Amino acid sequence: MAPLFEMQNVEKHFGTVIALGGVNFSVSEGECHCLLGDNGAGKSTLIKTMSGVHTPTSGQLLMRGQPVQFEDPRHAMQQGIATVYQDLAMIPLMSVSRNFFMGNEPVKKWLGFDLFDHEVADQVTMDEMRKMGINLRGPHQAVGTLSGGERQTVAIARAVYFGAKVLILDEPTSALGVRQTANVLATVDRVRRDGIAVVFITHNVRHALAVGDRFTVLNRGKTLGTANKGEITPEELQDLMAGGQELAELESSLGGTV
Amino acid sequence: MSDSAQDERIKSISPLRQALVRPELGSIAGTIVVFLFFGFLAFDSGMFSPRGVLNWSTVSAQFMIIAVGACLLMIAGEFDLSVGSMIGFAGMMMAIFSVTFQWPVWTAILVTFILCTALGALNGYIVIKTGLPSFIVTLAFLFILRGFTIFLPQLIERKTIIGGVSDVAEGDWLAPLFGGSVGESFFIWLADLGLIDVFERGSRAGQPVVDGIPAILLWAIGLVIFGHFVLTRTRFGNWIFASGGDAQAARYAGVPVNRVKILMFMFSAFCACVFAACQVMEFGSAGADRGLLKEFEAIIAVVIGGALLTGGYGSVIGAALGALIFGVVQQGLFFAGVESSLFRVFLGVLLLAAVILNTYIRRIITGEK
Repeated sequence: MAPLFEMQNVEKHFGTVIALGGVNFSVSEGECHCLLGDNGAGKSTLIKTMSGVHTPTSGQLLMRGQPVQFEDPRHAMQQGIATVYQDLAMIPLMSVSRNFFMGNEPVKKWLGFDLFDHEVADQVTMDEMRKMGINLRGPHQAVGTLSGGERQTVAIARAVYFGAKVLILDEPTSALGVRQTANVLATVDRVRRDGIAVVFITHNVRHALAVGDRFTVLNRGKTLGTANKGEITPEELQDLMAGGQELAELESSLGGTV
Repeated sequence: MSDSAQDERIKSISPLRQALVRPELGSIAGTIVVFLFFGFLAFDSGMFSPRGVLNWSTVSAQFMIIAVGACLLMIAGEFDLSVGSMIGFAGMMMAIFSVTFQWPVWTAILVTFILCTALGALNGYIVIKTGLPSFIVTLAFLFILRGFTIFLPQLIERKTIIGGVSDVAEGDWLAPLFGGSVGESFFIWLADLGLIDVFERGSRAGQPVVDGIPAILLWAIGLVIFGHFVLTRTRFGNWIFASGGDAQAARYAGVPVNRVKILMFMFSAFCACVFAACQVMEFGSAGADRGLLKEFEAIIAVVIGGALLTGGYGSVIGAALGALIFGVVQQGLFFAGVESSLFRVFLGVLLLAAVILNTYIRRIITGEK
């Protein structure tokens, strides 16, 4: 059976810069596929190509084996591809309920106006948050009062609620503390068990190994192959990410702690 | 992650505190202070007689009309510094169309409204397309529009004030919507009951001192209700908050940010146009210096009302109260016989106090440090 979402030999050029020079990558239902790469490896470009912000220069995207082309992020979202960006997931000044339904507001008609159905929005928000293990003071609590981990969790819950089949997480744990990271990883685990395909983008090998089923390393715009869980050690992943040689030298000078 | 009970570090919040913590708090407090202040200082001066109330509420209504437009635009994350010039420009165009060109007044008003909202859209389009701060783009329009407002009447009529609008507006169906008043019979009835005074001398002897509610007051109330309704009750209102809160995050969530912002620029221009129409129909003339500094007064009213200068947060009701404070203070100082230049001192102090209070409230709401 063809994977839910696949990228074949995808390249993306910006003028004379080859940001992506051949990416092969796939993810299936209920799988968490970790995409590891150091800064500048092309992770952001890859995310934007997957989510419809960029169109690939060559190569193709497939959904269930059928070629697809996304015109814009909204189109990708309609196909079930949702992206949770690291910093841009939520608007801190707005309430959790307003954030949750941002761009997808439930409406009720009143004298021809599209009214924001606050009752439905508040109810759904509270229910979904409870499922994710976040206790809100109320649906009108501002997102700014939530911790970074809780914000990521709200964003994930939102994507799942609005029918995401493929969930792309852009470094969801990189700015978080230990406990918050654990919470987010638990959330990832939960949505994976619900049958959602998760693309987990990170440069932290330990976070990747905690939840990943498969691991693909991206380096200098190319994927360096995919390994299954248990087939690769953290050290090997780390080396692949950094391009091997240099990091090995660095690591020895730092006493092997990186 | 556990489904444990409340985080022990979240303190419970008393209902009173919860009720107080809202964007409008600063302006509510300000309104109470201002009314108490003038209640003591100017109670006997006629400020709270029917005529006095009409006086300061009309002035407040002027501020309110432009504050509503400025408020929604500011929440959407943009500024419009061309409001004052737009008022002058719109008034001048109405006068030129109706008096100089001899168009029917209703045509003059409608064409001006279309022209001005189109200029508002142009403001917004330039801001969106260039990515420049709206501060700069609308500052340019402040000068461009004011320049035309002075240049055009001089070119056409060789003067900077065009009068005679009242004469041509006689019998027009649309003009009373801006310059008229409603409830005459109601006020005559009140006067007959002896509840309000009547003129004792002059050409209007026997008529009540207040002969109706001016249209501008109804426009102000209507626009405030409309703005508040759109902002808090509709999905478009959610988009306004989102566009100003974080445009990129809003775009990723599928909010048509550019459309929202351009529409808000158009609404701001529309409000300026309402202001201008009311003024021209009331005075019967248009002057090249009309609307000077109004953009700042609108922005100050909005900020007193609890809106955040950087967008994404605010309240139309707050802005309306900010405008009320403005009107009451400006006219109250006149009633109290205080030197009117002190208005500015008072305003500056009030602005500072309101902004400090609002910043504090916002920190409580949003958990900013």
